[in-house]
Amino acid sequence: MLNVDHLGKTYGEGSDAVEAIGDLEFEVRENEFVCIVGPSGCGKTTLLKCMSGLLAPSRGEVRLHDQRIDGPPERMALVFQEYGRSLYPWMSVRQNVAFPLRRKRLGKDEASNLVEQAVESVDLTGFLDRYPWELSGGMQQRVAIARALAYQPEILLMDEPFASVDAQTRADLEDLILEVRRQYGVTVVFVTHDIDESVYLGDRIVVLTPAPTTVQETLDVDLPAARDQLETKELPEFARLRAHVYRSIKRKQPAAEPEHAAA
Amino acid sequence: MTTRRQRLLAAGLEVTVPVLLLVIWGLYSSSGSENSYYFPPLTDILSTFADTWLFERVGSDMVPSLVRMGLGFGIAVVVAISAGLLLGLSAQARRAAAPIVEFLRAIPPPALLPFAILVIGVGNSMKVFIIAFVCIWPILLNTIDGVTGVDPTLRETTRVYGVTPRDRLWRVMLPAASPQIFAGMRTSLSLALILMVISEMVASTNGIGYFVLQSQRTFAIPEMWSGILLLGILGYTLNGVFVLIERRVLRWHRGARASALG
Repeated sequence: MLNVDHLGKTYGEGSDAVEAIGDLEFEVRENEFVCIVGPSGCGKTTLLKCMSGLLAPSRGEVRLHDQRIDGPPERMALVFQEYGRSLYPWMSVRQNVAFPLRRKRLGKDEASNLVEQAVESVDLTGFLDRYPWELSGGMQQRVAIARALAYQPEILLMDEPFASVDAQTRADLEDLILEVRRQYGVTVVFVTHDIDESVYLGDRIVVLTPAPTTVQETLDVDLPAARDQLETKELPEFARLRAHVYRSIKRKQPAAEPEHAAA
Repeated sequence: MTTRRQRLLAAGLEVTVPVLLLVIWGLYSSSGSENSYYFPPLTDILSTFADTWLFERVGSDMVPSLVRMGLGFGIAVVVAISAGLLLGLSAQARRAAAPIVEFLRAIPPPALLPFAILVIGVGNSMKVFIIAFVCIWPILLNTIDGVTGVDPTLRETTRVYGVTPRDRLWRVMLPAASPQIFAGMRTSLSLALILMVISEMVASTNGIGYFVLQSQRTFAIPEMWSGILLLGILGYTLNGVFVLIERRVLRWHRGARASALG
């Protein structure tokens, strides 16, 4: 569904050139939850910006349904890490979630149904007429997720969305995103630097190398589909995967034999 | 509780100090010093004020002044915000316009009076033109600043969701820049009052500025003072009204800032 094809990105020119992404190649399949994990400063955000059409790649391309992405596609939504700067502070929760729907020219009822449904799925129904700055950080990120869901994307990109909330809120948000993903049947690409999070959430994990970034390895997460913060994390397979990803990130050289080649 | 008490104290100070100053002025001016011709007793000024401005000359002088000021300020707001949004969105336009903007705003506005009188005449349009010309710059520059300063994440969010150019302009850029726009408008409002007076002193047959100068020339000193008093009161009131409107419109901004500070 989404193909990253020999993607490369270099910032600057000549002697000042910084190669952020070397050569990336992987695929995201329909209905998959793919976690992209890598060491800090490995160009994860650059990758996501190229995937969302916000940034033009220097080499290669990203394709959605075999169509080259050269601007933000209509069927894609993006959730940023900085929820506080991604929500419109002069709009209420309802207005924030409804705003991207304006271009879709839906009927009034249809639009407000989508909005209310999305807000309900993130448990914020009682806060529809509040402003983002009246809410806690975790709640603000839920508003941003509701906004993405109401937009009805086929594919949802998330850029370290839970990196700036506290641990408890983070666990709640992780379960929430698994739940709404099931409910909305949306494909998710989730960028994180947290290894536990990537194993807990993902169907598949793409491990990146430090910049200039390439794919270190891709591995399938063989855990039961229904995840639970306690039970899943106690499974031996969870511990094994976690350790594997950890070693994979620590290793500087690309893996000689990836366990599971990218399909 | 403390904040409530502090607020009461602040409000008390705001009322007490001016009243106290008026009392001192009243006592001093009625004590019969030698300069009392130019500094008539406050009571004289107040009674003249009541005779003149309640409400005999309101229609003939105050209303024309306020209309000129309102028109000039209004035109400036519309022109400056539109131009500011356009310039804010295009770096190229900004670069091209920068020298012109800097040059025009560097001209001391009263220096334009002779030109304006020559070209536009001595009527209302000349005064409105002068007021508008001066009020444009603070609003224009602040609008440009506001638009260029919109948070990158907010811009990217707007792009990702394919917000139409029209919505982007009116529903994202304008509100995002509005705190700065209001700051510029506030500066311009006091400029509007100043230029209203100046333009009416140079070539006019009515208006508060005209009245003050005319009173001085005919040695009607209490009348002159009453006009000055009226200008002060007008400036104070206009600013107060403006602050009230700003608080309402920018409620989100104060809230967001307060929550960001923790």
